[in-house]
Amino acid sequence: MTAVLQAQNIVKHYGSVEALRGASFEVGSGEVVALIGDNGAGKSTLVKCLSGAEIPDSGTITIDGRQVTLDSPVTARRLGIETVYQDLAVAPDLDPAANLFLGREIRRKGLLGALGVLDKAEMRRQAAEEFTRLGVTLQSIDVPIGSLSGGQRQSVAVARSVVWASKVVFMDEPTAALGVVQREKVLDVIRRVRDEGMAVVLISHNMPEVLSVSDRVEVLRLGRRVARFTAADATLEDLVGAMTGALTQEDAA
Amino acid sequence: MSTTVDTLPTVERRSFTTRLLSANTFWIALVLLALIVVFSILAPDSFLTFFNFQQLFIETAVLLVIAVGMTFVIITGGIDLSVGSVLIFAGMISAKTMEWMSPGQDASNAGWGTILVGLVVAILGGSVWGLLNGLLIARAHIPPLIVTLGTLGAALGVASLLNDGTNVRTVPLELRDSLGFGTLEGNIPNLVVVAAIITVIFGFILHTTRFGRYTFAIGSNAEAARRAGIGVTRHLTFVYLLTGFLAGIAGFMSLAYFQSTTISGHTTDNLNAIAAVVMGGTSLFGGLGTILGTVIGVFIPAVLQKGFNIIGVQPYWQMIAVGAVLVAAVWFDQHRRRAQNKR
Repeated sequence: MTAVLQAQNIVKHYGSVEALRGASFEVGSGEVVALIGDNGAGKSTLVKCLSGAEIPDSGTITIDGRQVTLDSPVTARRLGIETVYQDLAVAPDLDPAANLFLGREIRRKGLLGALGVLDKAEMRRQAAEEFTRLGVTLQSIDVPIGSLSGGQRQSVAVARSVVWASKVVFMDEPTAALGVVQREKVLDVIRRVRDEGMAVVLISHNMPEVLSVSDRVEVLRLGRRVARFTAADATLEDLVGAMTGALTQEDAA
Repeated sequence: MSTTVDTLPTVERRSFTTRLLSANTFWIALVLLALIVVFSILAPDSFLTFFNFQQLFIETAVLLVIAVGMTFVIITGGIDLSVGSVLIFAGMISAKTMEWMSPGQDASNAGWGTILVGLVVAILGGSVWGLLNGLLIARAHIPPLIVTLGTLGAALGVASLLNDGTNVRTVPLELRDSLGFGTLEGNIPNLVVVAAIITVIFGFILHTTRFGRYTFAIGSNAEAARRAGIGVTRHLTFVYLLTGFLAGIAGFMSLAYFQSTTISGHTTDNLNAIAAVVMGGTSLFGGLGTILGTVIGVFIPAVLQKGFNIIGVQPYWQMIAVGAVLVAAVWFDQHRRRAQNKR
């Protein structure tokens, strides 16, 4: 498989702390790659570097084989990379359609559009279409998102990222705060997105979840990649072993 | 899996009735309507008259313009205590400018050229304070309550310094006869027409444009707005600039109506505007509100005052009644939020 997004030898210091010490990572289109590691292994820092939120000190990042500089989240977004944040980055008082189009509103045609007037009906129509396509079930399209259940809210947050991403979606613990049924719904959305050819990177602490939804697993430890698995062949023991340092693969870094 | 409630993929709008009943504005409109009905029954001959309502509209026009700006600020989750002082400052600098431009410092007979300069100066004067508020709040990250408490004092201080603490004596008669007491078609006061036009324009901006949408988004979750690529700092600065701009216009309207800079006359305008906005269903926590609600919120205290006056109840009861409605409105809003966050 050819990698959509590839990172090599990423180094990132915060003062004297070495968060990433030459970490590498890759994800191909149409696959879910889980990025796992113990607390402080560098997962969040790596994701920040790959989504433009932080600029690495050294190392190379390539998209479709071309080297890129991700100097801001806006740049990353323009290159087709979206991120779902752990802390539900939605506006609870706005409805699902408004959240889906936040920062990318559709304006009316003609003079009204030039004045900044929004085409709310068109946004609602497109939003309903996208939610249906992604299997996000909502009672109605115009209730404030804060009145939805946690799972629905997170589904909308996930949907917002995948609708706008053209290449890669990062999901930082998208199911952390959810119940069993709600979690399953979010995982369903992830699978659908994968089946449409998107590259999905899942950061999770939940090992059974990692094994059930991902195609491959990459393990970080002390700021480096220490192991890579095909999810179908890996066991819980393998993952935990790699995370704690009991198991290392020589060729992984 | 068969026990989940939300299995039907219906992504439609709610019915009109459902949306109506869930709107804060609808309930507060009912309160206003009930007040009007009660007073009309108690004093049919004097309350429900054209003259009475004409006076009601005139007396609320200036406050309405301020409250429209305040609605934007409160929707972003902020507050602006300085509007009353900024209004006085705008009126003062405008009146002083018109005096300076007139022979013998007497602006009474000033022409339209001078009056237009006065208008521009009032608007600029208000906007400068608004911009200062915006920069301190959005860029320096000082809490809005503190920043506008500071400019509340400062704007009034500067206004007083401009004329040694006294009111300006001469205001163009032309201004009084046109904007102040003039009417459209002999019936509708010009002051009310101006307030209505401003309200409609900014209601349109708030509820249909991207600027309005961003105002709600920032108040609802500023971090989410920032991550969505919205220029939060810039937008917030602009919202406070807007309140100052409207306070500037209100200052000019007040000047035209009262024939005076009314240095001591607008000290509670800020609280009246905030009360009107909050009573109208706009949430002090941000993210929620309507201009229509604010219009209703401006009228409730005014109707109460007029009504009590007419039926011979001591006017102090109005303060108590408004206080009660205000507290009830905020309690209702908090209750709604808690219910929402429980899910």
